[in-house]
Amino acid sequence: MTRIDKNSSGGDNAVTVRGMVKHYGETKALDGVDLDVREGTVMGVLGPNGAGKTTLVRILSTLLSPDAGQATVAGYDVLRQPRQLRRVIGLTGQYASVDEKLPGWENLYMIGRLLDLPRKDARARADELLERFSLTDAAKRPASTYSGGMRRRLDLAASMIGRPQVLFLDEPTTGLDPRTRNEVWDEVKAMVGEGVTVLLTTQYMEEAEQLASELTVVDRGKVIAGGGIEELKAKVGGRTLRVRPADPAQLRPLAAALDELGITGLATTTVDTDSGAVLVPILSDEQLTAVVSAVTARGITLSSITTELPSLDEVFLSLTGHRASAPQDTVPADTREEVAV
Amino acid sequence: MSAATVTVTATASDARIPLRGHLRHTGALIRRNLLWIRQDPESMFDALLMPVVFTLLFVYVFGGSIGQALGGGQDGYVQYVIPGMIAMMSMTLSQGVGTGFSQDFNSGVMDRFRSLPIGRGSVLFAKITVELLRMLFATTVLMVVAVLVGFHIHHWGGLLAAVGLSAVFASSIMWVFLTLGVVLKNAQSVQAMGFLVLFPLQFGSSIFAPTKSMPGWLQAFTDYNPLSTLADAARGLMVGGPVAHDLWVTLGWSVAITAVAAPYAIHKFRTKS
Repeated sequence: MTRIDKNSSGGDNAVTVRGMVKHYGETKALDGVDLDVREGTVMGVLGPNGAGKTTLVRILSTLLSPDAGQATVAGYDVLRQPRQLRRVIGLTGQYASVDEKLPGWENLYMIGRLLDLPRKDARARADELLERFSLTDAAKRPASTYSGGMRRRLDLAASMIGRPQVLFLDEPTTGLDPRTRNEVWDEVKAMVGEGVTVLLTTQYMEEAEQLASELTVVDRGKVIAGGGIEELKAKVGGRTLRVRPADPAQLRPLAAALDELGITGLATTTVDTDSGAVLVPILSDEQLTAVVSAVTARGITLSSITTELPSLDEVFLSLTGHRASAPQDTVPADTREEVAV
Repeated sequence: MSAATVTVTATASDARIPLRGHLRHTGALIRRNLLWIRQDPESMFDALLMPVVFTLLFVYVFGGSIGQALGGGQDGYVQYVIPGMIAMMSMTLSQGVGTGFSQDFNSGVMDRFRSLPIGRGSVLFAKITVELLRMLFATTVLMVVAVLVGFHIHHWGGLLAAVGLSAVFASSIMWVFLTLGVVLKNAQSVQAMGFLVLFPLQFGSSIFAPTKSMPGWLQAFTDYNPLSTLADAARGLMVGGPVAHDLWVTLGWSVAITAVAAPYAIHKFRTKS
């Protein structure tokens, strides 16, 4: 089992997880997970559906008891000090939601009161957070009338009422359109700027790259890789170059020329005829330069050249040798063993 | 394994919630449930219409013939059945706590509550309080209809006592429905299950007709059915007649049901994943 680097020498971990196990019957939702999140950082937990991400967040926010293992959040033990722990966390996710029938303001006011704010402070805090998340105009409308992005912003506002030390964001942008996703990312970045420690789960490499400073990749209840974003990107093959010739007839010659370079690290050069581009996985800026000079040497005119981050699937393919699995996949026990890298 | 710094800065008092805290939390959640009604007035339709429909139905459809058997005609039946209606509504409206709870679990808002530093009981107590208020509303509607169809309020004290006793019994039964709300998957199952419990209890009782003409085995059931004793106690309090025995049996049932169902509901609520 791969254990991620422990940066805990200073003892400033906001979240510590050791040997966390949770089974649902035969399914191992968590199968011995270790994790450290340093104070004031954003840890991205990346994995496909059914990898155990949500189970991990539910245990850390005291909604679920683990079968084995221990964890502390902001110094509080999840099993022995749940009440103190709940006071210092915020939770936003696929499930921990606001009350749809209540207006936005009422949702925030209610949570303020449940967090023991005096009436006056709870009112002020609700106003302040609605303002900050640009929801003031919708304050009196039931949350059920909100758009997806507004809902998510209200969720974030709700989790910020108690000024949490640790914020759990469980797939905060799943199901949102790209523009709304950017809005949510901006809000999360602003929160991080205030010094909140964030544990973020996501299925998107792009989201992890945008928000997280460190990454833990999980699959089928196990940690399969971890470290800094750059480190991990290097490990999984960094970026993909999308090189598009101006003349579609040049597609094959271009692909041949780039193949000759032999820079393909983990995946191979592929031709995407639909978009009329050649995809080249690269590991470094030197390789990008090499591609450009090879194209120039052949005298091929390009219409565009873009770099893309690897998709989750590609990350998984390079880390585990299999594609990211869907939760419904029934994996026989013997193949599951292979996952333990 | 280098366990990270477990700095327990909090004192023991931080972990315990003072009574004022419980009241504050319950209050905030009561407000939430009342706002639900304001946002969705249709949710009050059952409390508004049930007493009207059932009263009219029973008084005008069955009233004549059962009243004749009772020896007082339709007017006699009105005096008989209205106290029973109070008992019936305490049971039927109690179901709402279960379905409402189930919805809260499925919408995810319950996870929000459970990740907050509040006593789990506050959520349950708030729900029960609001359902009791709904029941009070329904009882008021019932009494208005009752007077319109000819019910005589002999003494207000007796009426209030009957309503109070119904509320006590209802709050015990609500724990059972809360348990169903926590254990069953969705609101529909809670309703279906509730119906299975409600139907035999309501009709196998002295709510709508005296039990004397029922076969012996059924009488054995109806005599111990808390809805019979509740209905008979309410009758005694509102119209006159013996009260003590039925009153004590009803209170006994309420205490027994609460003693079993409340800890179980709270336990299930705490440990639900």
